[in-house]
Amino acid sequence: MAKFSKKRGKASPAVSTASLPDIIFMLLFFFMMVTVLRDSDLKLSVNTPEVTQLTKLDEKSLVNYIYVGRPTQQYQKIYGTSPRIQLGDKIATVDEIPLFLEQHKVKLPEAKRPRITSSLRVDGKVTMGIVQDVKTKLRKSNQLRINYSAGKRAGDARN
Amino acid sequence: MAKTNTRDRMKNEINAGSMADIAFLLLIFFLVTTTIAEDKGILVRLPPWSDEEPDITRLKERNVYSVLVNANNQLLVREEPMRIGQLRENAKEFISNPRKVANMSESPKNAIISLKNDRGTNYQTYLAVYNELKGAYDELWDELARKRYGEPYSDDMPFAKRKAIKGEIPMVLSEAEPTNFGEEN
Repeated sequence: MAKFSKKRGKASPAVSTASLPDIIFMLLFFFMMVTVLRDSDLKLSVNTPEVTQLTKLDEKSLVNYIYVGRPTQQYQKIYGTSPRIQLGDKIATVDEIPLFLEQHKVKLPEAKRPRITSSLRVDGKVTMGIVQDVKTKLRKSNQLRINYSAGKRAGDARN
Repeated sequence: MAKTNTRDRMKNEINAGSMADIAFLLLIFFLVTTTIAEDKGILVRLPPWSDEEPDITRLKERNVYSVLVNANNQLLVREEPMRIGQLRENAKEFISNPRKVANMSESPKNAIISLKNDRGTNYQTYLAVYNELKGAYDELWDELARKRYGEPYSDDMPFAKRKAIKGEIPMVLSEAEPTNFGEEN
């Protein structure tokens, strides 16, 4: 008798689900991180040059990115092989830059607006013509803080 | 005897108390290892746009350090061809002019670097030249900071000190409209 009742009592060795919320939160956090940090889908091949005198950009929300480079293989049929500009995740022309800057600007509080930086991610093999056009447009739209995005050159002790 | 033993074991639950800790450990692990694509580069302040051509005729020629980069990525510094590797030292000597040579800048305050490139210049070359010129100033600032305050020049320095140093050796780099000789692609 005692044997029977004993068996029933331990018939449900359920795995505790107490930690399930933790696991779910962990996954949530992980995916949040990944989606926020993912770069916009690049349609251009951008290989920034390497330099030695680097400055770090502090606040990410104050930075907008302008990509310049040649379209990658899969987009060459649509956009050709000459260097193009990408704003956000679409290929654009120089004339669309002011609107792009404005769209970025309105999302930020007034006090932070003077510190907005445009990061130019330009492929090293591109010629200066298109870069100059972008720079001129930035100057005309009064976006004067720019950053020539670059990697760190190895084998140089100076920072 | 063996039977009762297994039954006893079945009664035991897995201790889930440490599950949360493990989850947090994993979370922290992912937080740390996910590479946040850091954005670094050369920070530049562009001059405001104006439709008038800047007047450079009143500048003394000895104070202007002209750097020209052509479409073949060759350098012409003060009418002399030069390689990028020599540019930094040469610019430093020009700006500080320790021996007071007659055709170099009167003082670091008066020195002006004029950079002009072609529309066909490679961006890589342009940035390398810019990097060297900025490097020249960075090194001069560093030397002055060490001499005056006994510490290397860095962004962590008090603002007043940085301002004093930059007031002594201001970085004036003017970029002219590029020429249009080379082929763009």
